[in-house]
Amino acid sequence: MYNLPKITSDLDGKHMGFAWGPGDILVYETLHKASGASGSGSSFIHEVRKDEDIYSPILRKLFNESHHIFVGLQTIREDLPSKSRKPQFVSISKNYRSVIRACMEELQQVAVSTKDGEASVCCLFQVSILLAIELIWNLCEVLFIDAAPAGSLLLHLLDWVRLHKADVDEKAREVLQSDSPAEHRDYWDVVVSYVLQGRLDEARQMLMKQATLQPAARNMYKLMDTLGTQTLTEFDVKWRHWHEEVDRCLQDNSFASNKHLEIICKLLLGDEDILLDHKELLGTWYHFLVTRLLFCHPTVKPAELHYYAQSCMTMFLDSRSVPEPLDSILLAAFEFDIHQVIKDCSIALNNWWFVAHLTDLLDHCKLLQSHNLHFGSNLREFLLLEYASGLFTHHSLWQLAVDYFDHCPEFGRVYLELQIERVPLDTERKALKVLRICEQRQMSEQVRSICKIMAMRALRNNRLGSALSWSIRAKDAAFATLISERFLQDYCTRGTFSDLDLIDNLGPAMLLSDRLTFLGKYREFHKLYEEKRFTEAAKLLLSLMTAKIAPRSFWMTLLTDALPLLEQKEVIFSADQTYELMYCLGELTSSLNSEATGTDRPMQVRISTYSLNPAQITVCKIKAF
Amino acid sequence: MESINAKYVSQKISKTRWRPVSHSFLQQPDIFASGSWDNEHNKISFWSIGSHGSSAMEDGFEGEPQLLCEQKHDGDVLDLQFLDQDRIVTASSTGAVTVFRHHQNSQTISIAQHWARAHHYPCDNAPCTGVVCSSPEIVTVGEDGRIIVFRADQEGVVRVIENADSSTIHAVTYLRTTEILTVNSIGQLKLWDFRQQSNSPSQILSLSGDRVPLHCVDRHPNQQHIVATGGQDGMLCVWDVRQGNTPFSLMEAHSAEMWEVHFHPTNPDHLFTCSEDGSLLHWETSSHSEMPSFLQGGRNSSMMSRSAMAPAGGNQSLISAWLSGDCSKGRLETSHMLPSQTLSVNSLDVLQQCLVCGTDGEAIFVNRQVPV
Repeated sequence: MYNLPKITSDLDGKHMGFAWGPGDILVYETLHKASGASGSGSSFIHEVRKDEDIYSPILRKLFNESHHIFVGLQTIREDLPSKSRKPQFVSISKNYRSVIRACMEELQQVAVSTKDGEASVCCLFQVSILLAIELIWNLCEVLFIDAAPAGSLLLHLLDWVRLHKADVDEKAREVLQSDSPAEHRDYWDVVVSYVLQGRLDEARQMLMKQATLQPAARNMYKLMDTLGTQTLTEFDVKWRHWHEEVDRCLQDNSFASNKHLEIICKLLLGDEDILLDHKELLGTWYHFLVTRLLFCHPTVKPAELHYYAQSCMTMFLDSRSVPEPLDSILLAAFEFDIHQVIKDCSIALNNWWFVAHLTDLLDHCKLLQSHNLHFGSNLREFLLLEYASGLFTHHSLWQLAVDYFDHCPEFGRVYLELQIERVPLDTERKALKVLRICEQRQMSEQVRSICKIMAMRALRNNRLGSALSWSIRAKDAAFATLISERFLQDYCTRGTFSDLDLIDNLGPAMLLSDRLTFLGKYREFHKLYEEKRFTEAAKLLLSLMTAKIAPRSFWMTLLTDALPLLEQKEVIFSADQTYELMYCLGELTSSLNSEATGTDRPMQVRISTYSLNPAQITVCKIKAF
Repeated sequence: MESINAKYVSQKISKTRWRPVSHSFLQQPDIFASGSWDNEHNKISFWSIGSHGSSAMEDGFEGEPQLLCEQKHDGDVLDLQFLDQDRIVTASSTGAVTVFRHHQNSQTISIAQHWARAHHYPCDNAPCTGVVCSSPEIVTVGEDGRIIVFRADQEGVVRVIENADSSTIHAVTYLRTTEILTVNSIGQLKLWDFRQQSNSPSQILSLSGDRVPLHCVDRHPNQQHIVATGGQDGMLCVWDVRQGNTPFSLMEAHSAEMWEVHFHPTNPDHLFTCSEDGSLLHWETSSHSEMPSFLQGGRNSSMMSRSAMAPAGGNQSLISAWLSGDCSKGRLETSHMLPSQTLSVNSLDVLQQCLVCGTDGEAIFVNRQVPV
């Protein structure tokens, strides 16, 4: 529907190339030749967003508030009897509708107050869409959710019509505020409109402004007031009686003097031709339908509605005019064809919001037969998945989509797993939120992958503590090993430990990986050495090798660390310990056979020298006993 | 819960803060600031809830927040504090720290001071995660592990503690005028004394056991050694920084990350916490009956100087109810403040009897009758 600039005719061989995205299409200009390589055209890539609504700030409120209602709806217990659940469903339906209305009002205000002509048009367009949506929803609530039986059905339909034809009140206000209301040009229009809407009290009050008030009229009105307060059969009898009386009034010309009152009398009898004469006041064929039912068949049963609906629509609309999508949707509703309503709405609207929420509500009311689609999931789930997938493309509303996926039992989890990994993680705060979502749903693979991404990033920026914190969260031993390697490398190059606050306070996290344990213990060795607790230090050092906690690559460093201890005046290593040291050295050299550097030979010699120092041996011998 | 209503604002709210009120008039707060996050264009906004008894705004709820003005903000607003009546400081996910001035007469906002890339990595941006101020000094912390001290009127940086932490520092608070307390993602509280020139903390405290990241910290308004923290596991910890290395009491609060913890500024027997699990809890502890009420600190704190809080005798009589261990024995009452479960409650602020909070459901809740 949009004309993309600069991608014009194909006379010069210019074509359009495109690629599908998750929520939009990327379009570019290209030169396509019948033979040979194709070239490129302008260097622009256009992004065509198919769903503009989620980016509108006012409509965002609709998405957020309805999400809240949706989540509340899912928690209604299934095992309660339907009698107690129906009022809850009706109230939820009213909640949804009030949210739609609130958005409409706000859009209306913006449309009126903004100076930007284009924005105003856009807002008004959105208002009209929301109006139609609310109209359809309201009708569905009356017919399907509330499922009013004959009698109250008509009352609900009357309410429905009145709600969507508010201009009567405005006109009435105008008329009443004028100097002589009865002379106002709209006076009779207002009275007739009230009658058409079944608001006979107000019609009567308006008529009182007229000096000539027929006393017989009062009786007519009184009977109509009692509509709906008796049983159907009682009412039927009374209504017929009343209908005959009105007819009699007309026949004996009691209103012949006043053309207007005669018209009203005919209206009350439900005269089709007179009704059709007032097309502008009625406005729509469904208003015509309800008025006609009011005055001809007030006890209409739900199942009979569609006969009247079809005929009214045909009568009202000229043969020339084509029914609009809205009309066919409403007709389908009167025919109680829920699936047709949903299907038509899906086609007519550009956003899945309406059909998804309505279908979900109807499903909870157990009104949808399981309608298996080709993809295996049912209609409700299909629509919710489509809606939520659309939300996920939004930079901010993706969080709402998670709850929708949660309530799609068949495919929701799979969709969520695929989508959640695509959420960009700019800050730790956001990553934590995404992680929490994954953890709550036991998506361990996603947890691991997110933690790994964050840990790698931290490592790249030399934030070793952060990296460790992420690997602890993911219980990722391999990464913890990687981090420890980094620390140890740092130590080897610089001779000191960095980030002592971390290593000194590892706590139980130390057990996450062997390398990490080694790091912690090695640091402990250094601390003991600094505190001059040499015996304990020596014991720890040795155990690091004998218990195989230290990686083989580090043994050389450890053995080098042992040298100052051996050089001490007092004996620190016992005989056994010294033999163990030599044994370790031996193991090390044999494993490094081919790559043995020259340094270990002197090392061996040094250790043996020390240990073969007679004084030491003597002392050792003493110690051994 | 009639006194609490939700206002949908089309942006995920990361921070809400009341504008400070002058104590002498004991007025109820009427203006708060909010910051958004995760938007293509983030904003800071000022809202008014009107004063009690003013005429109802149109047909909406009396007291529904009305937007006064807003301003585009580069990056997520990760923290927000009022510097004084007119200025706020924000911490951004781009690593920048900005001071905004709210011009009440014209209802506009201008940038008074901006330190871009205050927090950074060598080749990348590092989000600034926390800010605390005591006019004119501003202290910020970030994911880069730096602590930076600014003055609101100076363009340059006053002091930087490089590599203060090897992990992300999530929050900072003042302990005394020259001491701050930071919490990090390996579960440590670090005390920093600015009078010392060294770049290492004067004290490190942590939980024994798992190193759970800590996200928020708040100091008791009157007793400076009492500090409450909340972290990733949703546990509320109350610490006594003078004694020992471990928290005094641990309470299970939430089922997910606790984002903010606040003592009520004038009534510290009340504590408020909010969390990723969508709940906002109000904790109320009953104090020892033996303690004379004027020593409890709370009702008339504005009229008492700090020195009056420490009697010459020992500190025994000032054992706060928070530390007395009665917390776990049922003398602690907790109540949910939000009517139903929402998406994560990211931030809350409480002043006098008013509470404001913001959620990821793009809603702001204001409660004007908090029972304190």
